[in-house]
Amino acid sequence: MEPFTTHEGLVAPLDRANVDTDQIIPKQFLKRIERTGFGQFLFFDWRFLPDGSPNPAFELNRPEAADGTILLARRNFGCGSSREHAPWALADYGFRAVIAPTFADIFFNNCFQNGMVPVKLSEADVDELFRRSAAATAAGTRYRLRIDLRECTVTDDAGFSQTFTVDPFRRQCLLEGLDDIGLSLRHTDEIAVWEASHGLPPVHAG
Amino acid sequence: MASPRTLLDKIWDDHVVCTPPGELPLLYIDRHLVHEVTSPQAFEGLRLAGRRVRRPEATFATPDHNVPTSDRRLPIADPVSKQQIDTLRANCQEFGVRLFDLGDADQGIVHVIGPELGITQPGMTIVCGDSHTATHGALGALAFGIGTSEVEHVLATQTLRQAKPKSFEVRVNGRLAPGVTAKDLVLHIIGRLSTEGGTGYVIEYTGEGIRGLGMAERMTVCNMSIEAGARAGMIAPDATTFEYLRGRDFAPQDFERAVAAWEKLPSDPGATYDRVEVFSAADVVPQVTWGTNPAQVVGIDARVPDPGTFADPNEQSSATRALEYMGLTGGTPIIEIPLDRVFIGSCTNSRIEDLRAAARVVQGHRVAATVRAMVVPGSGRVKRQAEAEGLDHVFREAGFDWREAGCSMCLGMNPDTLSPGERCASTSNRNFEGRQGKGGRTHLVSPAMAAAAAVRGHFVDIRDWEYR
Repeated sequence: MEPFTTHEGLVAPLDRANVDTDQIIPKQFLKRIERTGFGQFLFFDWRFLPDGSPNPAFELNRPEAADGTILLARRNFGCGSSREHAPWALADYGFRAVIAPTFADIFFNNCFQNGMVPVKLSEADVDELFRRSAAATAAGTRYRLRIDLRECTVTDDAGFSQTFTVDPFRRQCLLEGLDDIGLSLRHTDEIAVWEASHGLPPVHAG
Repeated sequence: MASPRTLLDKIWDDHVVCTPPGELPLLYIDRHLVHEVTSPQAFEGLRLAGRRVRRPEATFATPDHNVPTSDRRLPIADPVSKQQIDTLRANCQEFGVRLFDLGDADQGIVHVIGPELGITQPGMTIVCGDSHTATHGALGALAFGIGTSEVEHVLATQTLRQAKPKSFEVRVNGRLAPGVTAKDLVLHIIGRLSTEGGTGYVIEYTGEGIRGLGMAERMTVCNMSIEAGARAGMIAPDATTFEYLRGRDFAPQDFERAVAAWEKLPSDPGATYDRVEVFSAADVVPQVTWGTNPAQVVGIDARVPDPGTFADPNEQSSATRALEYMGLTGGTPIIEIPLDRVFIGSCTNSRIEDLRAAARVVQGHRVAATVRAMVVPGSGRVKRQAEAEGLDHVFREAGFDWREAGCSMCLGMNPDTLSPGERCASTSNRNFEGRQGKGGRTHLVSPAMAAAAAVRGHFVDIRDWEYR
C-alpha cells in the first residue's frame, strides 16, 4: 500500500450530504475482477450525460474541481453498500483524502486499506472550508489544503488550521504503508491458541 | 461478581484473540460468507502473496448479486457477469471453499441461505463483503459487512482488526397492529434515527415488539440496520431462534448442548448500553419511502413532504434533490403515486413468509394493466417451498413473473433493472438514485404493500385490503 504522510493538493468541493457508494461507483462497474481502473467510472451516473459526454452541472466537472486531490463533502459520506470499489475509484481518480463531518463506518475503514485518509472535521469547519473554496473560485484562483497525517492537521495558507483524530493503529499503518495481513499473521500463534480453546481442530501449516 | 454484560459484550469478549500493544484487537471470525462481486480481488491478493484460506470449512460461498433470474439452463448472456461467476467457482475450487453454485439446489442470496442452512448461529461472529450481513444478527450473532481488503484479511487469518463498536438498544414496546409488518417497523425506526443515526453502533433490538416477531421478520429488521448507519443489528436468541435452527443442515450435532450455551447469550439484567431509543409499535403504520434514502419515509396515510418543512439545511437540500429525482411534488398523497413496476425479493424480503404474505394479498386479484411485477425468491429452497404451497400459481395467475433466486432488481447488477423514469414499489432495502437501474425511481415497502400496489397500480393502505 502507498504510504501517506503529508499531502498538499487542490480541493474539489462536492456540496452534498449522504453521498452513497452506489453513486460513487454504480453497480454496473462492479462486475470487474480487478482492483484497478475504476477512476473512469467514479460518480458515473452523475458525471456523464446519457450520450456519454461530461455533465457540466456536476460538481467535479466544474473548473473549480479540476485536478482536485482532496474531496470536500458533507455528512455521512460513503453510506450504503460495503463495496470497496468506492475508495478504489476515488483513489484511482486521484483523490488522496476525503474531508467530511461524518463518514459511514464501512467506507471509513475501507479508505485506510487504500492509502487514502478520511478526515473528520466539525460541521462548522467543513462549512468554513466550503466558504474558503467558494471564495477562491470567486477570486479566480483555486483552494489548496495541506493534510499532515504525522501531526493529524489540516491547514491552508490563510490561517485555517485544525486537528483531526484517527485511530493510532490505522494511522501508523498508513504512515508506513504496512500490509495489514502481514501484521496480523505475526499473531498466528495467538489465533491458534484461541481456536484450540474453542474446540477447533488445528490448522496444518501449508 | 462480574458486571452485567450485553449480548454484544458477550460475543465480543469471547472473540477477541489478542490486542497487541498499540494495535487494534484481532477479532476471531466464526463464519465467512463470500459472493462473486466483492471476493475476486481478495482471492487474487491471497494468490499474489502465496497465502491460503486459514479455515476453508468456516467459509461458504454462493453467487447471488450478478446472476440471471431467468431460465438457468441458458448460458449467462453478459460475458463480464459470467467471468465473475466463473472466477468465484475457480477460486472456491483452488482454495477449498464450499460453494453453493448456480444450479445447486441451495444457491440463493447469501443472507437468505446462511440462516436457512443453519450456517448462521447464535453467539457467532459472521462477516461478508456485503453491508446487509447485518441480517444474520437476527439469530443472535454479531454479523457485519466488510470491504474486500478485509475479506482478504479474514480469508488469510480468520480474524479481523476491529475496534469495539458502541452499543445501542432500540426497544420496541407493544405489538405491531394487523397489516403492519417488520418492514414497516424498521423503516419507521430508520426514519426517526436518520441514515447515520446508528453510525459507530451495533443496534440490539429488544422489547415486546421484537420478541413477538418470527425469524423471517427479525431478519428483515436486522437486515436494514445498515440503512440507519449501524454496521450490525442483533436480537437476543430465544425459543423462536432455537426452534428455527433445529434440524437445519449445519446446525450443531449436539443441539441441546448448543441451546444451553446460547441461552446464556442474552444481555444480563442491568446491562447498560451507550445509547437507548424507545419506540412504540402502536405508532407504526405501513410505510412508503418517497425519497432517495431509506430515512426519507412516511406512513401510507401521509403526503409527500414539502422540502421547506425540514429545519436542517442538509435535509432540505437532500429532499429537494430527492423529489426532483423521484419526479414527485410535495403535498401529493402517497396513495396517489402511480407505479410501473413491482419487485418482491431481496435479502430484506424474499423468504417464504414474505412470499406467503404477498400471495395472500394477490390471491384472486390481477396485476394492474399498467404494472409489470416480478417475484424473485431468496433461495432455491424458498422457491421450492413456495411451489410446493402453490404460491407460484397464485403469482403467475395474477400476472407476476416468477423467477429464480438471486439479488436481482434490488441492485440491478443482472438484467433485472428499471428503465429511466420507471417507478417501482420494491421490497428491497435501498432507494438510492439509480439503485435499481439508472434513472429508476424506487419506493421501499413491505411485501404485502408491494403486492397490493401491483394490483391497484398505485399505493394503497394494506390495512383496508379486501382479501379474497
